[in-house]
Amino acid sequence: MPDPKAKIAFELNGEPVEVAFAPHKTLLEVLREDLALTGTKHGCELGECGTCTVLLDGAPVLSCLVLGLACEGRRVKTVEGLAQGSRLHPLQEAFAALGAAQCGYCTPAFLLTADALLTDNPSPGRDEIKQALSGNLCRCTGYIKIYEAVELAAARLRGERAEPTRESLYGSR
Amino acid sequence: MARAKKAADGPTALRVVGKALRKVDATAKVLGVTKFADDLSLPRMLYCKLLRSPHPHARIVRIDATRALALPGVKAVLTGKDLPIPFGILPVSQDEHALALDKARFVGDPVAGVAAVSEEVATAALDLIAVEYEPLRPIKDHLDAVEHPEPRIHDYGDHGNLHKLINLEFGDVEAGFAAADVVREDLLFFEGNTHLPMEQHAALADWSPDGKLTLWSSTQTPHYVHRALAKVLELAPARVRVIATTNGGAFGGKSDPFSHEIVVAKLAMLTGRPVKITLTREEVFYCHRGRHPTLMWVKTGVKQDGAITAMHFKSLLDGGGYGSYGVASTYYTGALQTVTHHVPRYKFQGARAFTNKPPCGPKRGHGTPQPRFALEVHFDKIAEQLGIDPADFRLKHLVPPHSLTANWLRVGSMGLAECIRKVVAGSGWNEKYRKLPYGRGVGLACSSYITGAGLPIYWNAMPHSGVQLKCDRGGGVTVFCGSTEIGQGSDSVLAIIVAEVLGLDPFDIAVVSADTDLTPVDLGSYSSRVTLMTGNAAIQAAERARDLIARHAAPKLEAPVERITFAGRRVFDAASPERGISFAEAVQLAEAAAGTVGTVGSYTPAAGAGKYRGAGVGPSPAYSYSACVALVDVDPATGIVQVPKIWIAHDVGRSINAAAVMGQIEGSIYMGLGEALMEEMAYRGNRNVVHKIPSLLEYKSPTTLEMCDVVTYVVEDPDPNGPFGAKECGQGPLLPVPPAVANAVYDAVGVRIDEVPITPEKVFKALRRKEKGEEPRFGPLGFPDLPWPEPIRVAPPWEGGDGRAVEGGKGREKAVEVTAGRRR
Repeated sequence: MPDPKAKIAFELNGEPVEVAFAPHKTLLEVLREDLALTGTKHGCELGECGTCTVLLDGAPVLSCLVLGLACEGRRVKTVEGLAQGSRLHPLQEAFAALGAAQCGYCTPAFLLTADALLTDNPSPGRDEIKQALSGNLCRCTGYIKIYEAVELAAARLRGERAEPTRESLYGSR
Repeated sequence: MARAKKAADGPTALRVVGKALRKVDATAKVLGVTKFADDLSLPRMLYCKLLRSPHPHARIVRIDATRALALPGVKAVLTGKDLPIPFGILPVSQDEHALALDKARFVGDPVAGVAAVSEEVATAALDLIAVEYEPLRPIKDHLDAVEHPEPRIHDYGDHGNLHKLINLEFGDVEAGFAAADVVREDLLFFEGNTHLPMEQHAALADWSPDGKLTLWSSTQTPHYVHRALAKVLELAPARVRVIATTNGGAFGGKSDPFSHEIVVAKLAMLTGRPVKITLTREEVFYCHRGRHPTLMWVKTGVKQDGAITAMHFKSLLDGGGYGSYGVASTYYTGALQTVTHHVPRYKFQGARAFTNKPPCGPKRGHGTPQPRFALEVHFDKIAEQLGIDPADFRLKHLVPPHSLTANWLRVGSMGLAECIRKVVAGSGWNEKYRKLPYGRGVGLACSSYITGAGLPIYWNAMPHSGVQLKCDRGGGVTVFCGSTEIGQGSDSVLAIIVAEVLGLDPFDIAVVSADTDLTPVDLGSYSSRVTLMTGNAAIQAAERARDLIARHAAPKLEAPVERITFAGRRVFDAASPERGISFAEAVQLAEAAAGTVGTVGSYTPAAGAGKYRGAGVGPSPAYSYSACVALVDVDPATGIVQVPKIWIAHDVGRSINAAAVMGQIEGSIYMGLGEALMEEMAYRGNRNVVHKIPSLLEYKSPTTLEMCDVVTYVVEDPDPNGPFGAKECGQGPLLPVPPAVANAVYDAVGVRIDEVPITPEKVFKALRRKEKGEEPRFGPLGFPDLPWPEPIRVAPPWEGGDGRAVEGGKGREKAVEVTAGRRR
């Protein structure tokens, strides 16, 4: 018979939220099934691919491995919390401009992991970006456009007037 | 002809095509609002789970679902007898049942399906289904299948457990070998690997009491799913609607109609409620349809200057438990050897075995990365034997543009020489090859791939792609096309091409795609066909709309219709551009005069030149070309290979969206790198045949830490058959990566790894053999004798042939109906 539902309160994308759910559910399931936030994806539900990454108190976590109950009173950020109103976050803008989202399925997780990176380190080098994103699998892009998008967004977040390079968009001569 | 002219015009004549553009679906994807199949839900929806066979090969004696049906929350249980009609992607291998009817053929073969009020209840119900199996001897791989014709996995096929045997001969290869200065034979093996899309397959079915079925599914081929559903469920095709949701990665792994799609549809019909299934990652490994493990033998005769006199190629594919695309895959392992370098005489023998493993099918490059690996490693060895630099070897004796090959493939534009020059110059090849310190090396390889297959899977004379266009009096344009967005950017291609022709911005165009009720048929997102075929269909529809609108705008502009020009959302007189009206106003004039403005366009490839049995696989409207240099570091102490950098040049004909082309090329390099170094479908035990690694953690694929730097050169040699000259770029650039890496390993440490993936163990073993003075190589040692049929002999074009078989080619194989339908 159905479990009695647990009810918790936490901060979701900057707003307080209360939600009741079966207590065995993961944060991934609570977000997608009980809060209808389907922007958070899943690729294995075993903590192997990084596709379900969200930010918990600002740090990337695999939402398929976090119990919903563990989020009481905490801050959760999903892809739905990145844009400011109808204005894309600089990371979203850069991912769209460079084609860093191909199928788009792993994109929310990469955006959030990169968001956490740039919060900690506004000027990451290419190797630091690779390290930070090494837990997220992408099968479409070969990661290169993702690195370039993170670098572009980082520059813009630092207030620089940065544009994609010709080489990045059209290749080498 | 208008199209050919456009192709020659050069990029300056184009306003939209060729620029680096944001994809029309990019914003939705970065916002996370794109709806993938598992994001959908409907009121009263039930959840489906499949019970899968724990045995690789077993007769099903009895299934009892009584206890499962009694579980509260279970609404229906299906077994094989509920869906007795077979299906399969190819007409010649209709060998699958949605649920195993009498036999299970691999661990993971679906046996029963449950619909319940929750996934938890459905999962619990699976444990209550009692299945009695009678295990049969499993066939573990292609060699086991050759040795053991019995027990047969299927009761059809060319011989015992050999599903398909092909023997084609184009000219007298023995005479060619006799005329050669050097004749070389090599054996190579390409391990199987899988697509690993990040999105697990999912499908949602809804049944209306009106007798209408709707299926949303993560599929690359809604048209073929539509066919399979109508057939198995015995519904009129008009009552079936298939909507392909945006695919979260596919790479060929979502190209077959699948059990789970049919089962949820049947469960929805039985229960009257929507039914959804989302496969677990483990189940995605069982769906597979990935790269065929392929054993290959190649023999080539060459003159001292590198000119090939003859080639003989044999392949043996481990097909897994079902046919899937396997007949086509087998032909593809022998089709494209002839399109890069001139091969005057060519013989191909190909075989596919049934084995008790998840079925193999089409993965990115479909049947051609394996032979390309073999060929390019073989060429590297030949060049060394002749004392010719491998880059120089490959620049000689290239297939001329606009020519026919020995096996009657019609090559159009051919930019391989430019590709080779680009990577040689960019990589500093001449300063690196055979000159780097021990442990570091460079390797080079070339390749070519089709831009769509010349023939459809089901032979018919109808177009391969259709487009409808609706022009609204408000100036809006909607393009309807059956093509399926799998991340490659097909929706954007439609918008860009229509915008180019009608002088609009791509974001002015609404795109409706991949819905069998709303969109004209496009065969699907496979064989790199979509940009060329939907692109040409879109050009035709848009040009018809442009001509119609121009005709009715001309009087208003007091200009002859030939001068009416579309650009910048305006319609104007080219002679005096200030005399113009808005596009919307022009549509209104046309609508007032001629009624609702709508046009259609379609595309059918020209007939192939070959008319022999088997000529259906290989012909394409256009061939893309790639050249690649890989730089590797090999640690002789451990055998670990790292690839710091790859230089790739790809002849795409013409970029439609430059940014998307870059993404496709980089993504192909990534996937090729994974296949070269680590990706493999491995199975446990000899007779157990259990998948060793059905998880993302154990199936090694490159992370950011393994991915190499990539320097990309886009070469544009427009092809007259391509829209604005465009050829494919989504699969071809994968092909040269595994052989370039293998050749670079040899340059680095002097051992030949004639098998991918090039794992540390293999390199280490080869290095040990070298130390001991044995052959410094890791790779297969033999190719079994197979019961080949009599060859089909076809004279090459330069021997006065007409593309028909001289002898052979009659008899038993109906297979060719699929693959060579357009024979005369």
